[in-house]
Amino acid sequence: MKATRTESIAGYVLLIGMALVTLLPFVSIILAAFQPSGALVSGISWPTAFSFDSFREAWTTAGFGTLLINSLIIAVVVVPLSVVLSTLAGYAFGVLRVPAGRAIFSFFLLGLTLPVELIVIPLYFDLRGVGLTDSYWGVILAESALFMPFGIFWMRTHFRTNPRELIEAAELDGASPRRILVSVLLPLAGPSLSTMAVLFFMWSWNQFLLVLILIQDPEKRTAPGGLGFFVGQYSSNIPVLCAGTLVVLAPIFVVYLLFQRKFIGGMLQGALKG
Amino acid sequence: MSADIVTAPAEVTSNRVPRRAGRSSRVNRTRFSTWAYIAPAFLLYGLFVIIPALHTVYISLFNWDGVTLATWAGFGNYESVFTSEALRGAIEHALVLILFFAGLPILLGLVLTAVLSRFRRPGMSLFRVIFFLPQIVPLVAVGITWRWMYNEDGAVNQILRAIGLGGITRAWLGDFNLALFAVGLIGTWALTGLCTMLFVSGAQKVEPNLYEAARLDGAGAIREFRAVTLPALRGEIAVALTVTTIAALASFDVIYVSTNGSPGNTTTVPGLLVYRLAFTDGQVGQASALAVTLTVLILIVVLIINRLVDAKDEQ
Repeated sequence: MKATRTESIAGYVLLIGMALVTLLPFVSIILAAFQPSGALVSGISWPTAFSFDSFREAWTTAGFGTLLINSLIIAVVVVPLSVVLSTLAGYAFGVLRVPAGRAIFSFFLLGLTLPVELIVIPLYFDLRGVGLTDSYWGVILAESALFMPFGIFWMRTHFRTNPRELIEAAELDGASPRRILVSVLLPLAGPSLSTMAVLFFMWSWNQFLLVLILIQDPEKRTAPGGLGFFVGQYSSNIPVLCAGTLVVLAPIFVVYLLFQRKFIGGMLQGALKG
Repeated sequence: MSADIVTAPAEVTSNRVPRRAGRSSRVNRTRFSTWAYIAPAFLLYGLFVIIPALHTVYISLFNWDGVTLATWAGFGNYESVFTSEALRGAIEHALVLILFFAGLPILLGLVLTAVLSRFRRPGMSLFRVIFFLPQIVPLVAVGITWRWMYNEDGAVNQILRAIGLGGITRAWLGDFNLALFAVGLIGTWALTGLCTMLFVSGAQKVEPNLYEAARLDGAGAIREFRAVTLPALRGEIAVALTVTTIAALASFDVIYVSTNGSPGNTTTVPGLLVYRLAFTDGQVGQASALAVTLTVLILIVVLIINRLVDAKDEQ
């Protein structure tokens, strides 16, 4: 379809304007982070001398090295665990005939709307009772559990798009339900699985409230959790605060650029399906 | 369901019976062994989501400081949610945030879509990557970034001065009357891209000849949007409304790092008070009642949105 010239120009003006507004806050912290520690920064201004001081100070005082590793440890366990469990359950709901399947599935669906606030209080007291606070496992299990409703919904929807004939043909060849999943359906599920994995990674990396409550030990905190505490200590040292923020942003930012199609496709479809 | 559980063992053993052909094939047969696929997810979800959720409801019926013995409170904690000025205030603030987290982004998203959906334009994928940026970064980082943007020396005031509005500059997050709106606009910034992209991708599914027809009829951009695009986007709007409204009601991260409820109590939200009451004020029962109220509020809103969409579908 051809657009008129004015339409085309108006469209680009809007797009560029919105892109600038979106990027402005990022530009603002990037420029501030390169100022020397403690410098009085004024708005968006080019640093007088580019300095990595603020990054160095943020890195050592807040111990971002440890924080990033903690976040990574948690995400590296949460992602495969949630992917495997969602796939198994999604397969059962989507392909097999599950007794009381609809009831159990709606029970999972309910979880899509429950806020974290509803579960954190007893989670803290109960997990403390069994020694799972201040532990990676407490966070890992809680996060994976929170991802189940979306994961199961996502995989069920995926498996339903597989042609029924494919499954029936495999059955005629004598394949068991397990074999159908492993040898027939999983090889076709790559894109859905990887999109889900990328979303789980992002949600795990960004999770804040849960970590804030379940992990009090500074040595075990995740990057966003540590950043939350860091604000309190460095509230007036803008360059160091901005540098710390960038350190926490950088990994997820890189993952986003690498897998942008998966992220965007996942968030659009994920929202529509959920 | 209890009847199903009782018969389960018998059904499981019947799997050993030689496979029958045709309709009652193994995949197509209702079998209790399929529960094995669901069990791990169910166990995890039950232990770490459902049981804690029910436990919150239980705790909400007690006065408990988290340490000493709890005493029965009945619905007293729920009464306080509506009578205590601090708690009711937090809920009211969350409702105001809906305007900024849901209302503005959807409105802006529709305006942008109206302009963008009439034709495909090159370079869109780059813009898409930019518009999704606020969605992928941790909200804590968003909160800190905007804290700096709204600072007395921050970029917002700098821009206002540059366009001749130096008179209205201030420390935005410290202003009793405007802090809540300032926080709300952070949500607008974060969610407008998502809404726009949802709508644009929805509009792309519209049959191109519908546009052709509208244009042949001499429809301008506005009429074309109202007659063709908007009706096609009903599903997307409902989704955007659901997602953004939940984000507003259950907000915590951004507020925790940007204002922490200040100045005064003008920017408190339920999530913030749940955290504060339970973990610093020793009012665990009260915090639980607030968390349950928040959840019920979210469920009601989601239900209403779904109802509206379904009702329209039947027309």
